[in-house]
Amino acid sequence: MGTLQSSPAPTEYCDLSEKTGFSFEQIAVLHKRFKQLSHDEDVLRRDHFSEIPDLASNPIRAEIIEAFFDQRNFSKNGKGKVEEIGFEEFLVVMSHFRPPSQHMTNEQRENVRKEKLRFLFNMHDTDNDGTITLEEYRHVVEELLSRSGALEKETAKSIADAAMLEVASISVGHMEPNEFYEGITFDHFLKLLAGFEIDSKMSIRFLNMDTITLCK
Amino acid sequence: MLLLGLMLLLLPAAGADLSGSAAPHRGPVHAAPSAPPLLLLPQPGPQYGAPGVALARSAAEESAGTGKAEREAAEHHHHDGGYRVVQWEWSYVQTPYIIAIWLLVASVAKILFHFSQRFTTVVPESCMLILLGLVLGGVVLIASKKQLYQLDPSLFFLFLLPTIVGDAGYFMPARLFFDNLGAILTYAVVGTLWNAFCTGFCLYAAKLLGIIDERVQADLMDFLLFGALISAVDPVAVLAVFEEVHVNEMLFIIVFGESLLNDAVTVVLYKVYISFVEAGAENVQTADYFKGVASFLIVSIGGTLVGLVFAVILGFITRFTKKVRIIEPLFVFLLVYLAYLTAELFSLSAILSMTFCGIGANKYVEANISQKSRTTVKYTMKTLASIAETIIFIFLGISAVDKSKWAWDTGLVSCTLVFIFVFRAVGVVGQTWVLNRFRLVPLDKIDQVVMSYGGLRGAVAFALVVLLDGERVKAKDYFVATTIVVVFFTVMFQGLTIKPLVKWLKVPRSTNRKPTINEEIHERAFDHILTAVEDIAGLQGYHHWRDKWEQFDKNYLSKLLLRKSVYRKSELWEAYQKINIRDAISVIDQ
Repeated sequence: MGTLQSSPAPTEYCDLSEKTGFSFEQIAVLHKRFKQLSHDEDVLRRDHFSEIPDLASNPIRAEIIEAFFDQRNFSKNGKGKVEEIGFEEFLVVMSHFRPPSQHMTNEQRENVRKEKLRFLFNMHDTDNDGTITLEEYRHVVEELLSRSGALEKETAKSIADAAMLEVASISVGHMEPNEFYEGITFDHFLKLLAGFEIDSKMSIRFLNMDTITLCK
Repeated sequence: MLLLGLMLLLLPAAGADLSGSAAPHRGPVHAAPSAPPLLLLPQPGPQYGAPGVALARSAAEESAGTGKAEREAAEHHHHDGGYRVVQWEWSYVQTPYIIAIWLLVASVAKILFHFSQRFTTVVPESCMLILLGLVLGGVVLIASKKQLYQLDPSLFFLFLLPTIVGDAGYFMPARLFFDNLGAILTYAVVGTLWNAFCTGFCLYAAKLLGIIDERVQADLMDFLLFGALISAVDPVAVLAVFEEVHVNEMLFIIVFGESLLNDAVTVVLYKVYISFVEAGAENVQTADYFKGVASFLIVSIGGTLVGLVFAVILGFITRFTKKVRIIEPLFVFLLVYLAYLTAELFSLSAILSMTFCGIGANKYVEANISQKSRTTVKYTMKTLASIAETIIFIFLGISAVDKSKWAWDTGLVSCTLVFIFVFRAVGVVGQTWVLNRFRLVPLDKIDQVVMSYGGLRGAVAFALVVLLDGERVKAKDYFVATTIVVVFFTVMFQGLTIKPLVKWLKVPRSTNRKPTINEEIHERAFDHILTAVEDIAGLQGYHHWRDKWEQFDKNYLSKLLLRKSVYRKSELWEAYQKINIRDAISVIDQ
């Protein structure tokens, strides 16, 4: 099963494993990485993330880093942002990207889907007000296009506008000309990406897939 | 209505054959016009030396030689000299005329099929085309007591197959293909080898046990050869059947990708066993087996490289075609076809070459050429592929009727059918079990059922078996018959039943919906998000490498192959434009 690190004790791993669904081996590897990123401290800060070289060229790195410090991703009722995170929070955020296991009921699968979409929603909704406004969406599109450079704000604006129009037509249906669409709520967001296979699209392989918990 | 249509179709064909064979040209005519030329067949004559269909067709070309020709010829003898106002130039237009008539028959058949809605939803087109071929073949056989048309292997491999594969390769969804490449390669290589060897060995065992008759003079090498050619999943058949069923894209791409990539395996096995059969089983040395393995690597990698080279050339050329927009489509067709032929030239895997040429070039070519050229390329390729498919199935039907070419052995046929089915199912289950340990999206039982059931054999197997040398492979005729039965069974029976099966199993179907802008945005967003998470977690996973490839592509490849004006635009912007144009067009079309 691989060698466990000296600290933390296996009991802690047990709790973490239950909470996040990762296996012991996966937790061990991620813990090692956590220590590497934080230079052996117990907490991670934003500047630790900016030291990752590959991340520098990623257009959405700002949002992703923010997502790690967003309390909404730690627990259901969290709000606001923190300055530093411990290993548990790190693991919880990572667990959003775990692929669904093969033996899941439909309901569990639905829950996993909702969680992943919730994570995504939180990423876009930077001001924490529960809706993604046009401004926020424009920001997302701009970041995405920023990698190709040489594109003006106008382009990003028109793409984002078209996208919002689409959302409006999908969720609200036909709108009167002078009606104003405030922003995408979570329900609209769910509907929007209903056809998207998010379980497979938002998953990465965390090495060993067997999540056998050997506690108790 | 359908029957009426069929009869109308057959009438000219029958009539043509019945009126049969007058004198080949305006040569000396002895027969009085009234003499029934029904049984009089001129020797096709070595003047039409071109092999295959041309030769066979020339025999029946007299089809157009009606009594009128005789009368005219007779008249010529009466009035020799003088100015002929109207002349009968049959020999001049003969070959292209026959080809055009056949294409017309095939296309009209397609129209007639779709008259009956009820019928077409149940029976796949390929089935009906084979049936039509059977009927036509029967008619020709009765009319002229000799089979005139055959699916000629060189015609098939040089013209019909590349059309279909080229279309499929060029429009292959590259992202989906590479996401599932592991599974596709496993099924293509391991699966085909498993099928080939098991079928070959078990057929040999069946022969030893006496289930297969003594008349079938084949030993282990012959059976292994036969196993090799009958075990490959056929791209034409898969396309034809799956097109009507609309399973979800992932399932389709796995089966279809397998059918394309197993070409390398089939080519190597076929060539290796042919040389073993020719050398005789005793002369096979161990070194030859290693040569076989080396040959496989060379054939597959070589074929892929040839395809990629042509893809680069194609992308590069289209960068400069701004002033010659009109011939842009021509470059696409020529270079993709040349990729195929060049690989054939070096006896590498031509299908692999063409597939990878299409996949590789698509991104750059579509960006470089004008909108009109894009449309032209798309519709020309699809039309040609459709016609080629139609012709293949009709000729499969026709070729089946020629009894002189095959010999029946019940044991061989039934054993082969059972074996290919059983081994396919076992192979799929086994490989899927291994693959699921590595895949993000596991393949469940229903997927496996569809994959086993969708392992169709088709025209490629038939062409390969006809190519066998009857002198070296004594049991060729038995093999031909078995192949015909297998191909018919898979295309017709499995083709007919796969739709209800898919419905019954509730296989997730493809929505065939074009992505919305939001989905496009999120598609790209996910790529970056996942890469970021992989980087944070310190994993060098799939997305990490994909991102590296994208960087390489952006910094080097695209600079080389994309037009300057296009290079600066981003993909998201392109996608947005496409969606706008598409929506605008759909509004106009309505």
